[in-house]
Formats: sequence, C-alpha cells, structure tokens
Amino acid sequence: MNKTIPKSTAPSTQFPKCPTGIQGLDEITGGGLPRGRPTLVCGGAGCGKTLLAAEFLVRGAVQFGEPGVLMAFEETEVELKANVASLGFDLAGLVRRKQIVLDYVHLERSEVQESGDYDLEGLFVRLNHAIDSIGARRVVLDSLEALFASLPNEAILRAELRRLFRWLKDKGVTAVITAERGRDQLTRHGLEEYVSDCVIVLDHLVNDQIATRHLRVMKYRGAQHGTNEFPFLIGAEGISVLPITSLALNHKVSSERIATGIPRLDAMLGGRGFFRGSSILLTGTPGTGKTIIAANFAHAAARRGERVLFFSFEESPNQIIRNMHSIGLRLEPLVKRGLLRFHSARPSLYGLEMHLATMFKEIAKFQPRVVIMDPITSLMEAGTDSEGKAMVTRLIDFLKAGQVTSLFTSLTQGGHALQQSETAMSSLMDAWVLLQDFEGNGERNRVLYVLKARGMAHSNQIREFLISDRGIDVVDAYIGVSGVLTGSARVAQGALEKAAVLANQQEAATLKREVERKRSALDRQISGLRSDYESEALELRRIAEQVGTRTSVLGTERAASGLLRQADIKVVASTRGKPRLGRKN
Amino acid sequence: MKPKPVKRRASAPARQPAKLWQLRLYVMGQTPKSLTAFANLKKVCESHLKGRYRITVIDLVKQPQLAKGDQILAVPTVVRRLPKPVRTIIGNLSETARVLIGLDLRAAD
Repeated sequence: MNKTIPKSTAPSTQFPKCPTGIQGLDEITGGGLPRGRPTLVCGGAGCGKTLLAAEFLVRGAVQFGEPGVLMAFEETEVELKANVASLGFDLAGLVRRKQIVLDYVHLERSEVQESGDYDLEGLFVRLNHAIDSIGARRVVLDSLEALFASLPNEAILRAELRRLFRWLKDKGVTAVITAERGRDQLTRHGLEEYVSDCVIVLDHLVNDQIATRHLRVMKYRGAQHGTNEFPFLIGAEGISVLPITSLALNHKVSSERIATGIPRLDAMLGGRGFFRGSSILLTGTPGTGKTIIAANFAHAAARRGERVLFFSFEESPNQIIRNMHSIGLRLEPLVKRGLLRFHSARPSLYGLEMHLATMFKEIAKFQPRVVIMDPITSLMEAGTDSEGKAMVTRLIDFLKAGQVTSLFTSLTQGGHALQQSETAMSSLMDAWVLLQDFEGNGERNRVLYVLKARGMAHSNQIREFLISDRGIDVVDAYIGVSGVLTGSARVAQGALEKAAVLANQQEAATLKREVERKRSALDRQISGLRSDYESEALELRRIAEQVGTRTSVLGTERAASGLLRQADIKVVASTRGKPRLGRKN
Repeated sequence: MKPKPVKRRASAPARQPAKLWQLRLYVMGQTPKSLTAFANLKKVCESHLKGRYRITVIDLVKQPQLAKGDQILAVPTVVRRLPKPVRTIIGNLSETARVLIGLDLRAAD
C-alpha cells in the first residue's frame, strides 16, 4: 500500500523534511515532519498517538535507514512491542538489530520523595545515551506528560522541559512528542508552549454512532500544509491518512474495452463496452435490476478469466448467487474457480474509514481486475455526505491507479431528485448508466439508458430491458409521438403497426385483383369482337363463294338452256366473264 | 559491626538481615548540587545509621547506561537498595525531614 513515498525535501519548503513513511501524512505535510525539530502530536485517549509515533520510528528505521529512540512513559517495553506487533511491525526485531532503542521511563510518585532542588539531567543522560548508542536520528517521547503526574514540582519540570526541547533541537534529531488533549488548551499541560514547529491534532469523532478518526496538521511553521481534517485509519499495515487529494490525476489510462455481458448494452456503448480501468455508476430506483446488471458484468469478466471482487452491502453472497441463478446466471462455478469473490458487510458494521481500509486490504489481497460495489449508496450512508463522497473519491483513485474497472450501483429514490443526489458522485464516474421504471397501463417496465460515457460514442436511446429466466435482454423501446412505450404498450403498438401493414397489403391485393379482372374483361371483349369480326369475315367469304358458285351454275345452266334453246355460243362465252350482269338479267 | 536491634515497622527480608543499608546516590559530575546532596546524605546517615550504611556514588556522566536500571530521571537521586523495599528520594536532600520520611527512618529514630 505504500507505493509512493514522497521525496524528503519538497522544493517549496524552507527547511528539510523528514518523511514519516505513513501513508498520506507525507502528502499532507508536503514531505514529512520538520527535520531536526520536535513535532507535537496531541489527541484524546485512543486516538492513535502512540501508534503514529511508533510508526514514524519503525518506518524511519526500515524505510529510510534512520535509527530511532522510543522513550515511553506510559507503556512498558513489552507492552509496546506487543501493541505495535499487532500492526505488523517487528519492534523486537528492530531492537535486536539495534535500529531502535526502547526505553521505558517510569516514576511512581508514591515511591518518590522529593527533598530539595533537582533537575532532570537523568532523563537527558538516558536519552543522550540511547541516541548515541545507535546513532539515532529520530526520537519519540510518549507521552511526556506522564512526568507531570510523577514529579510534584511543576516549576522545575517546566523549566526542564523547555531545556529538553532546546536540547533535542541542538541534538539535531527529529522528535515526535505525544500529549493528551486538554480541555481548554491543546494539551493538558500546555506542552504546545514548548513545541512550536509542528503540531498535529488527532481526533476521534463519533457521528451517528460510528466513530471516525481524524488527523489535522494544526501548525507547521514555515511550510505549506493541508489544513483540513483528514480521516485516517489504523489497519493491519499501520496508519493510513487518506487525503482526498492524495493522488494526483495522473493514472495510466487504457483504451482496452471490456464487455458488459449484455450484448445490447455493449452496442449502446459504442459497440464494445466500457473502458478498462474506468469507473462506472449504475443508478436506479429500487427493483430496477442494478444488482442483476452488476452480476452480469461480474459474470462476463470472470468468464474472461479476470478476477472479480464483489462487495455487497445488502445481500449475503449466497443470496446473490441464488438470485442470479434464477435468471440463468451461474456464479457459483466462478466462485469455486476462485475468479469471483464476494465480500459482504453491513454498512453500519463500522465507520467509513474502516470500510475503506477493509476494501483496500481485500483489493490488495485478491488483486481483482474488476471491483463491484453494490450498492455504494448504503455504504455512503455510514458517514456524512461529504465523507461519503471523499471515500468514493479515494476508492476510485485507488482503483484507477491499479487499472481496476469499478462498477458502483447506486440506489436512488424515485422522482426527479434522483439525479441530484448523484451529481456529486457522478463527476467522479467515467460512465453512468441509468435504470428506470416506467409505470403505466397497469404495469412497471424497466428501461435503461447511458447518461454519459466518457471517451466513447454512445447511444442516446432509451432501451427497455427485460429480465427473464434466460437473463437480460435489451430491446428497443417504442418511441413515438405519445412518448416512450414499453412492455405491453410496446407490444400493442407493434401489433397495431403490423395490422396497419397487413391492411395495406390487403388493399393492394384487392386493387391488383381488380385490375386483373378488368384486363381479363378487356381481353374477353377483344376476343369477342375478334370472333365477331372473324365470323362476319367468314360469312362474307362464304357468301362470295356462294355467289361465285351460283353464277357459274347459272352460266352453266344458261349455257345448258342455251344449248337447249340453241343460243349463240359467243353470247354464252361473254356472259361467263360478267356473272353479276348475267345475274341481273 | 556489632549487631544492634533496630526497631522497624516492616520486617526486613529474611535473606538479608536488616543491618547494612545500601544507598546509591546518582549525580552528574562534581557539581555544587551533587556535592550538596552527598554532604546532606552523609549527615543524615551519620546521625541515624552510623556504621550501618554504605553509599555508592554513581556519576552518570561517566556511566550513563546505569541511569536506566534504577529509573533515574532527576538528578541528584538517592535510591535505597537495601533494606527492601526500594525507596527513592530526588533532590539535593536539603530538607532533612523529607529525607527521613523518604528513607523510612522516622520510625527508627
């Protein structure tokens, strides 16, 4: 988790800095604590003062090669080793290797009698001896205020403390002094009077029954520093302060695209799905199918062989697996193959910082390519609005740095306010898919649309999606003059259109038949006329033939009668050429 | 040293009969404060524990590592190693009454 360790000296500062190695703290302070000067860390009981100080020493020894001295006034060496070991620091080993010296200073007031003047040279000697024995560069005094309880003479003590801090400066060690938070002042005994270079205040706020630790750099003489209160957490790897601006916006970007598991949704996203490493927001009112789309996405990724980490804040893993099975999505084999892991936790289980820490830890352990948070809104309710947003920012930063694609579902209440609550979060997201219910005709239908998708041409269409036992199917919603039609209205509209087409077709067919009929009638007429004509022509020919025959017969008869009447043959011959004349005669 | 019964409130541990008082005086060099403390301690011991005490002066300038053992913070400090229990007095021991209380010598007086 400690990938970035800032340079020990920032160019803008006037004096050198001493990196703490504590995640986030160096970023807030612009490089670390003032080198060679004492820093006061104050806070109430259980704020993590001792841990912060101890981590400063341990990291100094391990990461920066600077040995350190821990002078404890409240906890014994054995206790300290045990306490710090719970954070994964091997204090005992460091002591053995002479990288850290522990000195438990204890003075029981009841066993001590005061008589006359004294000073605290003994403390100086011990500290000096410890520093010199290992060449320490860092010193922690935890917590010096215990001396006020041990030593009755406050006047001497104050004078000696003043001398101690001067002495520490002269010694050139970077010191961290812890102190209990006072009621009216910063520390109970006014130690801030002596330590004036850097003051860090730790706080432990309980909001809505959920505790969150905060760190604030109250004072940092001569250097720029973040003045805000930053949430911090104590995890298995020590303290991590989580500044919102912790990571500069310089993570690598990938142009690789990954499918959503819903082909039509991919199509809406320029045909190829989301960008790898992008952050995706899926918002919708209750029951719009957010988890189903998320599970589809997880399923698709796991099927590609990518590890998927599914954080569920409302349902148990088995419940999700069972529910997804009902739509034909089999997640269990993927879980068994180790490609899909669920992590369920109630949002109210612990504070946001702890959730974040747990998530960071899980992500670091599992190394997923895809992370799903379902739903992020219920997690955000564990803190205030701004805390929630800060947490999402940090989470996205963290995931983007690791090129992990993240999908957050977000539950919204119905109505128009739905987009408002998300606007804050949405600016962090690269893609935003909105799921919505359409109510009408006595039914509710689900639609989805891509509200934004950075860096890709995406569909502006509202699509209806259907959830069946075979999974999700995205279909075109009917968009007409009366608005968007979904569900049975869409089907009805479809039927209506089909009927219209059919009617048109029928009409055309009727027309065609009519035309055909007309043509055949025409044909019939023509053939009738033709047959009339033909029969007349035939008649004519017949008559002509009859006439011819009759004439010749007449001629023959006349010749015969002529013969009979013994007429002139010449007359017979001439009447043969002109039968009509002959007939008229 | 002749055995002389000493009236004591708390009976001394069995293994060491309460006869020899072992006192350690922690100082930082030969400063006036150190010398005063030593003189004051000597005076008290001479008047109350004559012949039954031994004072070891530890100079932390020379032996800084010894400061840790007896949990020395203030200087000068007198530690009564024996008889048990261990008692500690800090300061230059100028207030004799407090020294006597500190060393638990009131009762023995």
